[in-house]
Amino acid sequence: MGRSAQERLLKSPLPDYITRVDQVGVEERVARLCSRSIKKSSKIQALKLILSQIDLTTLEGQDTPGKVGQLCQKAMRLHGAWPDIPHVAAVCVYPMMVTVAKKALGESGINVASVATAFPSGMAPMHIKLDEIKMAVGEGADEIDMVISRGNFLQGEYRAVFDEIAMCKEACGNAHLKVILETGELGALDRVRHASTLAMHAGADFIKTSTGKIQPAATLPVTLVMLQAIRDYFYETGRMVGMKPAGGISKAKLAIQYLVMLRETLGDAWLCPDWFRFGASSLANDVLMQIQKQHTGIYQSEDYFSKD
Amino acid sequence: MSTGEPAHKLNYDTRWEYSPAPESADHARIDEQYGLFIGGKFVAPKSGEYFNTINPATEKVLSRVAAANADDVNNAVKVARGAYENVWSKMRPAERGKYIFRIARIIQERSREFAIIESLDGGKPIREARDIDVPLAAAHFFYHAGWADKLDYAFPCRSPSPVGVVGQIIPWNFPLLMAAWKIAPALACGNTVVLKPAETTSLTALKLAEVIRDADLPKGVVNIVTGDGSTGSALVQHNDINKIAFTGSTDVGRLIQHSLAGTGKKYTLELGGKAANIIFADAPIDQAVEGIINAIFFNQGHVCCAGSRLLVQESVADQVVTKLKERMQTLIIGDPLDKNTDIGAINSAAQLERINSYLELGQNEGAEMFQCTTKTPDFGFWCPPTLFTQVAQSHSIVREEVFGPVLAIQTFRTVDEAISKANNTQYGLSGGVWTDKGSKIFNVGKNIRAGVIWANTFNKFDPTSPFGGYKESGVGREGGLHGLSAYLNLD
Repeated sequence: MGRSAQERLLKSPLPDYITRVDQVGVEERVARLCSRSIKKSSKIQALKLILSQIDLTTLEGQDTPGKVGQLCQKAMRLHGAWPDIPHVAAVCVYPMMVTVAKKALGESGINVASVATAFPSGMAPMHIKLDEIKMAVGEGADEIDMVISRGNFLQGEYRAVFDEIAMCKEACGNAHLKVILETGELGALDRVRHASTLAMHAGADFIKTSTGKIQPAATLPVTLVMLQAIRDYFYETGRMVGMKPAGGISKAKLAIQYLVMLRETLGDAWLCPDWFRFGASSLANDVLMQIQKQHTGIYQSEDYFSKD
Repeated sequence: MSTGEPAHKLNYDTRWEYSPAPESADHARIDEQYGLFIGGKFVAPKSGEYFNTINPATEKVLSRVAAANADDVNNAVKVARGAYENVWSKMRPAERGKYIFRIARIIQERSREFAIIESLDGGKPIREARDIDVPLAAAHFFYHAGWADKLDYAFPCRSPSPVGVVGQIIPWNFPLLMAAWKIAPALACGNTVVLKPAETTSLTALKLAEVIRDADLPKGVVNIVTGDGSTGSALVQHNDINKIAFTGSTDVGRLIQHSLAGTGKKYTLELGGKAANIIFADAPIDQAVEGIINAIFFNQGHVCCAGSRLLVQESVADQVVTKLKERMQTLIIGDPLDKNTDIGAINSAAQLERINSYLELGQNEGAEMFQCTTKTPDFGFWCPPTLFTQVAQSHSIVREEVFGPVLAIQTFRTVDEAISKANNTQYGLSGGVWTDKGSKIFNVGKNIRAGVIWANTFNKFDPTSPFGGYKESGVGREGGLHGLSAYLNLD
């Protein structure tokens, strides 16, 4: 264990009291935010912002170098006819595919994100998790998406989870660490809030809802609670932490609702790819379809948008 | 409580602005001029006088409304008496229910038009009119329609019978909803009605008259006379009225109670409030902050049960106030018809003047004022959401009802201190308590002397729930079985 991780362990890991969460109140606030009407130029602006915040993802057992290569092409050129739309923020793959993605993306400015730490279950010994991170970073991954040990967390072994995250952060070196809480397994918003606070104090650069392998994946209420935790952490420390909802966000309309929530919870500084990401595989095409609709007034068939 | 700025601030002045999303008003039909609704049709006032009703967000004239004098009121009461004696009190209760159901359904069908006119005439955001006022108004008719033929079961062995002709006077903050709140139980119980809407917001009551006409309600069962305070006074003093139901200010309520004394007329009064909204340290803070916003800024604070006094436990006071101020910066103020507007226009020039006088008074008495910095439109009547810190129990902004978007914040240390401060007021209409602890909710709820206590929420309404005040907040209850009994004679 290196020096900075030890320093983290020496200080008290968490605030004395983590505020409670009232689920009914959260759902009411979400409903209010979803009633915002986003039209015309504000809609186009939002759609472009969404594209730039996507972590284009493929995490399948049957992934091949060819498939990852195709996805990277898509990441760089979302739509052949529109050169002025932004490219996505990152391509998210398994560690085995980092080399392929890194090569395909070249100097495009698109990051390679790699899941690690025995994704998606996290069921592996610590040294293997750390080796996996080091391997992915060594191959060129710019960002690491780790999963927390939900078993430890749910058993109340908060210290163990804290130490795990701190060690992973250290193993990342210069790569950014996104910490997946797998909120679909946490069972209550109070625990989501607790896990978010814990992850940030342990050194997370981003907190992320889900692996995408468990239902429910990202939801608006869970994301709101995590954004509020980020806000409190910012008030307390002045350090900005990013947010990544992942899984189940495949429609532009829903993605805009996430942006509204982000805007009205954390404000301007977070409205960019550096601090907010969507983990999604099919969202980009729906956003492209909506941009087309805004320009021409009609929806095109999905056959006009490449599926990679 | 320190009022220092937080070390780290968020910026809500964003690069991504919402484009205007105005609800089209084309759908709403407003006549150039409205008469009085007496005997099932619109008639010219005997007074021959009309007054303008304006849109408080633009100061533009929307329509002209008849000003009823004592003769007009007398005429309306006479017609209502005839309809009571000959038709409504004799009708089978199930038939009465049928008409009330029909009114409820037509309100639903025309809900968009009602929402638009409510927003235009009163200044409230279309979102609130659309999602709260109009659906709740329909719900009140639906709820009471169901009771019409079941009164014997509501009050077993007490031979319920109608009281006769009722005079009803309603305020400008929820014009359609208050009309529904008054008319629905009166009709269900077999009474006939003469209703006077508020001077600045007559239009949705007149649109409701159209609904009542289109529902084929027997002529004269509901009559609507528009006008100012003198019209209301003529109604209160009319000899052939059996009951007065009033919602409005405590000052006017006191006058009404005085003039009704000794006449034998029944009355219910729903008056002002100065509710305490109590936030304990163990509350879900982010949801509580949202609850504080809803409690005081809902309908620009033109709410008798508004949570206008915030009592916050000292250990979380700084945190709550910081969050509250930042949350206030995200409120969207402006065109009430815009679907994204959170805070609309103040209802009238007179009310704005009253609110502004309290803002001045608050500062003169030594309190510290914070206001949203959002720019308000150049025309119309506007007051940015405001809060006061450094206030004491003795301050006017703590003791008196402002009826605007103005919150006074105090701290407390113990549960007993919170209860004592909450009760130290001439009012007792509502209150709120925020805590994660169920036992604390019961303890505080039981000990606050107010008609409604909300726990971990605020400003929730339902026709099944009785509503009304302790002390100077009023007499009697509206809604639920309690509200029903106020329109009946019971053995």
